Amino acid sequence: MEQKTIYHALNIMPELCNGCSHCMKVCPTQAIRVRNGKALMHPDWCIDCGECIRVCPTHAIKIAADDFQRIFDYEYRLLVLPSVFFGQFSNYISLEMINSILKEMGFTAVHVPEESVDFLLETMNHYIEENQRPVISSFCPAVIRLIQVRFPSLVNNVMRLKQPMELTAHHLRKVYSEKHKADMAKIGIFYVTPCAAKIASVKSPVGDYISPIDGVINMDYLYNRVQKESVKKLAENVADLPQERIQLSGKAIKYTLTGGEKDNMWQTGLAVDGLQNVIDILERLENGEIEGVDYLELRTCDESCAGGILTPNNRFFAAERLRRMAKKLPEECWMPKKYTDYLASIVNVGQIEPRSIVRFHPETKEALKMMEKAQEIKESLIGIDCGACGSPSCEALAEDVVCGKATIEACLFQRIKSGKAGSLSMEQAVGIMEEIWGADKFVDK
Amino acid sequence: MEFKFHVEGGDFTSAGTASSQIKKVLKQINIDPIIIKRVVVALYEAEVNIVAHAHHGDIKVKITPQQVYIRLDDEGPGIENVEKAMQKGFSTASSKVREMGFGAGMGLPNIKENADIFTVRSEVGKGTTLEITISTVNNG
Ligand SMILES: Nc1ncnc2c1ncn2[C@@H]1O[C@H](COP(=O)(O)OP(=O)(O)O)[C@@H](O)[C@H]1O
Ligand code: SF4
Ligand code: SF4
Ligand SMILES: [Mg+2]
Repeated sequence: MEQKTIYHALNIMPELCNGCSHCMKVCPTQAIRVRNGKALMHPDWCIDCGECIRVCPTHAIKIAADDFQRIFDYEYRLLVLPSVFFGQFSNYISLEMINSILKEMGFTAVHVPEESVDFLLETMNHYIEENQRPVISSFCPAVIRLIQVRFPSLVNNVMRLKQPMELTAHHLRKVYSEKHKADMAKIGIFYVTPCAAKIASVKSPVGDYISPIDGVINMDYLYNRVQKESVKKLAENVADLPQERIQLSGKAIKYTLTGGEKDNMWQTGLAVDGLQNVIDILERLENGEIEGVDYLELRTCDESCAGGILTPNNRFFAAERLRRMAKKLPEECWMPKKYTDYLASIVNVGQIEPRSIVRFHPETKEALKMMEKAQEIKESLIGIDCGACGSPSCEALAEDVVCGKATIEACLFQRIKSGKAGSLSMEQAVGIMEEIWGADKFVDK
Repeated sequence: MEFKFHVEGGDFTSAGTASSQIKKVLKQINIDPIIIKRVVVALYEAEVNIVAHAHHGDIKVKITPQQVYIRLDDEGPGIENVEKAMQKGFSTASSKVREMGFGAGMGLPNIKENADIFTVRSEVGKGTTLEITISTVNNG
């Protein structure tokens, strides 16, 4: 079934956007255009990778989050906090301190999503043996969406298993409803996200299931609050911190770093991070050029989640800190069998459908005609991909023209040619420019 | 719509250029992903064969709403025994080519499996011509 409304946490703030077109140039699905001096995003094409946010010089692209106060709608406020969070702090700030600050903020308990990785890794290993290979990890939601949009022929390779954040949320709900006899409606599970993609996977999950997570908190927001409190605590020299531990293991900490899945696979695997590297591997896989690989761990961000768009600190420092931390911990930390049995019953997700982009026309015959036209137009363009037309490349402008979304005169060079031939007046040329870049750009400041 | 490519023998780094380009086009005109995969695999194997076995060659791809037609003409040693070459696992690839990860003898059989119509004409000492037709309408 085609999903009609796809949730994106990304919002381009028109009052901050100056139409510089940086975002348009990096978008892997060409989802952005500049019109009237503002960037516009095509929601059906966006895969929530966050690349546009990284390059925006005016910080005009914001990631929406749930209101923090919502945690108080619940009696049991459970925080699912990815272990990459701990990599953001200096060694002076202990896990115990972070834990106690979070409790003071109102959380009943703090758990890392990766508590469920021992169970999940074993399940994945069996899954690989029984399914079409190479199996592609379902960990990074932006990768799943990239495959749906740009590599539809590979959707059946995507692993149809839930990931640590969902599994741990299910586990916690079970524990709290049984052990603590809590009313289900009173349990609120909040996930701290390192990126826009994970928000999308909570709000519009792919694979026909309902997310067990009740709310999402952005990691940069939580970091600021914890950092501020910890500085205070360090200054006050608070000695009697409750020594309550957050349950962690080596595998749990390493899971969200590059290699965290692959290194635990029985079969041959490959770990790839960084959007361009991921695209390159998927192209090759689709071409049938990849052989002898059973598992592909693909993550959109360079250094995986340590490089997530909402992680505040340097990805290399964070990853290194986490690896050191992992060395001091036991490798595994299994949950009781009773719970892994429960997780086994809910770990699967449904079919992953392609989300094909209709570039030209849904009918092949019509699409082919339009494409031929676009090819012709493209050949008449200068080919320097300057973006001054408000489309990401000459090829994209040619497509936009054929689809009636732009005129050929949007091209600066075409306008000069027409001007030279006398078929376009200065006024007309300015008018076109204003439509793309906004009238305010053509008055003296 | 027609596309043309030139392939140089021995240039393993460029193998896959034509199939990638054609793949992009087929995606943009909403061809069934299963069909796209068949076209890409067949074309890629044929491209690699020119790189691995011939001196150089030309590829022509013609896309219509009903089918993708591919013709590859190369100048090279030709194939002595086409029937044998079509068998799974048969290969005359040099050890150097094998070291590069090619030469498993699955190329021609793979093309045959993915094509709706596949013809091979070859003249020893002169060259080889492949014609591959794949219908774009998925009928199972
Ligand atoms: N274009 C070609 N020119 C000359 N010989 C070829 C060509 N294509 C295939 N062959 C011959 O047919 C054999 C089988 O081809 P193929 O099934 O693709 O296996 P492989 O390329 O792995 O050897 C090759 O080893 C080669 O001897
Ligand atoms: S999040 Fe990624 S896909 Fe979406 S608009 Fe930004 S760059 Fe494009
Ligand atoms: S690598 Fe991690 S942080 Fe980056 S998009 Fe994927 S899930 Fe989000
Ligand atoms: Mg071959």
